[in-house]
Amino acid sequence: MLFLGEVFIGGLLVGVMYSLIALGFVLIYKASGVFNFAQGDMTLLAALALVGFLNIFPLWLAILATLLMMIGLALVVEAIILRPLVARPPLVLFMATIGLGFLLQGIGQGIWGTDPKGLQIGLSDIPFEIKGLLISQFDLAGAVLSGSLVLILVWFFQKSKTGRALRAVSDDHEAALSVGIPLRKAWAITWAIAGIVALVAGIMWGSRLGVQFSLSLIALKALPVLILGGVDSIPGAIIAGLIVGAAENLAEVFLGPYVGGGIQTFFPYLLALFVLWFKPYGMYGREIIERV
Amino acid sequence: MNNNKKEVLLQVQDVHVDFGILKALNGVSLEIQKGEILAIIGPNGAGKTSLVNAINGFYHPSRGHIFFAGQDLTKLRPHQIAALGIARTFQNVALFKGMTVLDNLMVGRNLKMNSLFISQGIYWGLAQKEEIRHREAVERIIDWLEIEHIRKVPAGMLPYGLQKRVELGRALAAEPQLLLLDEPMAGMNLEEKEDIVRFILDANEELGVTIALIEHDMGVVMDISDRVIVLDYGEKIAEGTPQEIRYNERVIKAYLGSPARR
Repeated sequence: MLFLGEVFIGGLLVGVMYSLIALGFVLIYKASGVFNFAQGDMTLLAALALVGFLNIFPLWLAILATLLMMIGLALVVEAIILRPLVARPPLVLFMATIGLGFLLQGIGQGIWGTDPKGLQIGLSDIPFEIKGLLISQFDLAGAVLSGSLVLILVWFFQKSKTGRALRAVSDDHEAALSVGIPLRKAWAITWAIAGIVALVAGIMWGSRLGVQFSLSLIALKALPVLILGGVDSIPGAIIAGLIVGAAENLAEVFLGPYVGGGIQTFFPYLLALFVLWFKPYGMYGREIIERV
Repeated sequence: MNNNKKEVLLQVQDVHVDFGILKALNGVSLEIQKGEILAIIGPNGAGKTSLVNAINGFYHPSRGHIFFAGQDLTKLRPHQIAALGIARTFQNVALFKGMTVLDNLMVGRNLKMNSLFISQGIYWGLAQKEEIRHREAVERIIDWLEIEHIRKVPAGMLPYGLQKRVELGRALAAEPQLLLLDEPMAGMNLEEKEDIVRFILDANEELGVTIALIEHDMGVVMDISDRVIVLDYGEKIAEGTPQEIRYNERVIKAYLGSPARR
């Protein structure tokens, strides 16, 4: 029973970090109707830059510098990708983000190199014990940090004036303009937020897995979360992240031995497929009802 | 029109809007006076919506100028024009469908809320206070439009008539000086029309909003407007009081066509 609890809690903690990555997708999708395929590469870029800056700056300054870089990136993306492609079909923008992903990957590795790097942010990975349950200190810190960012973002999008404006932009460009919302500013803010999410994800996952190309694949972890929760649902991303985290851990431990192990990597996809059968828009996604 | 002295709020000067060889507006000039209800009528394709789009900045005239309270709008972008105090509704309802009615109106109120992005984080209390103040203003509009019961409903789930009403509310939430209504009553039944007419008249009389509306229902147009402007093939063919327009030969011809020649 204790072991079950450990596996479950460990899964939930990792799940919070999945939620965060998924949220990066959801926010951009909600605010600009684009599925941002470059989110994973933004995470890699942020982590690479952070490691690079850490060679010259202390931690806080390095994080600040990376943050500014990600915001700068948002402004550039708005100017050279979103602005020229305004009012194009979503597929065009989707393709553009794939291109952007490759570009960022290339630029990041061009500047900071392709060899795997460690990222030390002063968190030890020694598990500690609460009432007999062993919990990874590192996972707990990651979950707390990711969790608080998730809560801030949820508040921002649901309750703040700017968040409301961003949601409005995603719903209807023309109507948003007609009530005085500048589209360009809205897009730049959205992408800057995605950049911040990428940075935090880069810090957490980079120090966990090391900073190298494969970090960009972390985005793949978000896909089953998105399918499960619905691409346009913030609560969906949070809950689905937790479900995926816990489920893959439990599956690995309790089902793994029967099929030879290693099912952690694909179990979330099976789960997502299962959900798709019953809820094609995800658990919390907005169901699009066409009036004929 | 309550006051007798005529103050021009919006001036359209020889405006041309064209798409390739198609001329949507061909040298239209008109004035909207402060405090009036002006109806813009004309057969389908006459350029009515193009005129509204040109005023609110969706289209940029290829020739001519539009002045609002003395300021040239011709080069401004739609969100800048909205910030000057021009609100509008759309022919095919453009609500934020995934957001609640309340949020739709709060977004409409955005222009009135001036706390900056950064200060929302830093002066949490101040931003909250502002939010509450604007929420009160929005709730007043909700009461007035009699949509209290649907304020938490996503706008996209509402029946068409109510969506039109919410859209009117969103436009009014910005407390505009000039309100452009593109067929506010299209597709409504008599009862819904009567409601909207009442809201438009109230907005004009009690809130002092100047209103320009495109409408096809001639009964409504004749009843509520102070002046009527008639467009046909992108040109203004008549202008005057409802009485004058009713018997204007060019207008009758534009609507009914000229008698067949033999």
